[in-house]
Amino acid sequence: MFNLNALELSSLIRERKLGAAEAVNAFTGAAEKSGNPYNTFITVSKEYALERAKAVQARIDAGETISPLAGVPVALKDNISTSGIPTTCASKMHDGYIPVFSAEVVDKLERAGMIIIGKLNMDEFAMGGSSETGAFGPVLNPWDTSRVAGGSSGGSAAAVAGREAPLTLGTDTGGSIRQPCSFCGVTGIKPTYGAVSRYGAVAYASSLDQIGPIGKNIDDCAALLSVISGPDAKDSTCFIDKPFVFGDARENLNGVRIGLPRNYFAAGIEEDVRHNVTAAAKELEAAGAIIGEFDMPLMDYMVPVFYIIACAEASSNLSRYDGLKYGYRSAAAKTLSEVYRLSRSEGFGLEVKRRIMLGSFVLSSGYYDAYYKKALQIRALIKEEYNRLFERFDMILSPVSPTSAYKIGENIDDPMKMYMGDIYTVSVNLAGLPAAVFPCGFDRLGLPVGVQLIGNAFSEAKLIEAARVYQRRTDYHTKTPGGEAK
Amino acid sequence: MNINNELITYLEDLSCLTLTEEEKRRLAVDLKDILSGMARLGELDTQGVPERSHPFDHVNCFRDDAAQASMDRELILKNAPHRNNEMFIAPKTVE
Repeated sequence: MFNLNALELSSLIRERKLGAAEAVNAFTGAAEKSGNPYNTFITVSKEYALERAKAVQARIDAGETISPLAGVPVALKDNISTSGIPTTCASKMHDGYIPVFSAEVVDKLERAGMIIIGKLNMDEFAMGGSSETGAFGPVLNPWDTSRVAGGSSGGSAAAVAGREAPLTLGTDTGGSIRQPCSFCGVTGIKPTYGAVSRYGAVAYASSLDQIGPIGKNIDDCAALLSVISGPDAKDSTCFIDKPFVFGDARENLNGVRIGLPRNYFAAGIEEDVRHNVTAAAKELEAAGAIIGEFDMPLMDYMVPVFYIIACAEASSNLSRYDGLKYGYRSAAAKTLSEVYRLSRSEGFGLEVKRRIMLGSFVLSSGYYDAYYKKALQIRALIKEEYNRLFERFDMILSPVSPTSAYKIGENIDDPMKMYMGDIYTVSVNLAGLPAAVFPCGFDRLGLPVGVQLIGNAFSEAKLIEAARVYQRRTDYHTKTPGGEAK
Repeated sequence: MNINNELITYLEDLSCLTLTEEEKRRLAVDLKDILSGMARLGELDTQGVPERSHPFDHVNCFRDDAAQASMDRELILKNAPHRNNEMFIAPKTVE
């Protein structure tokens, strides 16, 4: 059962060859019995899941058609609010916090008959690229447990790679779905900004955050994206007018114009990553696509612009933590001012503090124009460049990360090195674009390498079609990890 | 850029944080490194370029202005580290 993809699993459940509770018991039982080998689960919500499974099974038994994913277990990154189930953001600051409301995506999953089996480890408040900054310890990469799973949705990617959940949700602010998918050899989608409601996703950087699916292949991810997309009156930035519906029409990529950013393959990229991503472009070309090279302008400015904007927004969003209404409160605080300062100082980890202070700096009097205003202007230029590129190309193919998964602890004390690892992903968020990521090979150590296809706003269907054609011609997405240290 | 103690203290105040001495030392090193990486933005001429704070130009999608049930007060208060029956408890602020 663990190697079945989600749509196969749902077929069995729909045909009543497998019970919804049986699927829940299998996945939660495995998570409990195996002792959380990749440190993916923060919470396993077995009791809740079994109750939900009973209700869904009754509807299936009554002959009701609920959705193509009805009865399928799903696990969520632990920054997605679940009413009655702890939502930790992998932070001491959320100590004891149990949301009073669910995220809109959770309601949509439940309306589709999907069953939430647990909450997944991540970087604290989604701030990090390796899932090492959280309060529950690092997520281990199922392909090599001495290496990181990527971040910040490391638990979501590793749970799929380790066959602990057939589908998961992550969030992507600057690459946080795509980079862990690349490191763990799984498939994911960062949707267009405004395609999926952010209501109930604990905010990091509100103009950049999006929730998206992670699964074993693009068909599973497309099915899950159909479930979670769509309008929501509770999110004023959710612009989409109806949920995505994806067809299965295309058998080749004849006439599809794919741009390849030449300068992404120059300095700083590992040779094995370059080789595998270039081979993916050739495979798409063999499927009929027309590949055209170009130089991505403004490449050197993308990471600084992203971190200025993301940290500025984070410093504002995280000002809500006051030690009074929920979460951690310092026992040493005597005055109101101490409740604020000490609770925040003891509750947040170092990377979160670093980003809050960097955000405060770029927004402060005297530095605002040189940093924050400048970054917003360059963001406008990046957006314009993408608009121009999508007049020439239907999509852009690019590496996800300059490297494959690195050793745990290797970069954690060098924030600038860690930030530069986001060079190929952050501009997608700055421009609000969709991107699909999928495995395209392995490096010489046997570690997975991923590739991303970036599209114009709301062109998810095109990206999914291209990824589907690719996955029908290759078998990288079917490989399973061994877990040995390399 | 010189990251001195005065600037760190100013940023602590703005951020409502109190760092340990070790955190201050690390942050001074990290901030210097990060800000020197960000300094390259100054090379680009952006005169007259409008600022973009959001990926799209959409106007907010507002919901209907209709009354809805509020969240359950007891459930909300259950999350408070200190509470009495109906309120959050904070230290006394007025003598």
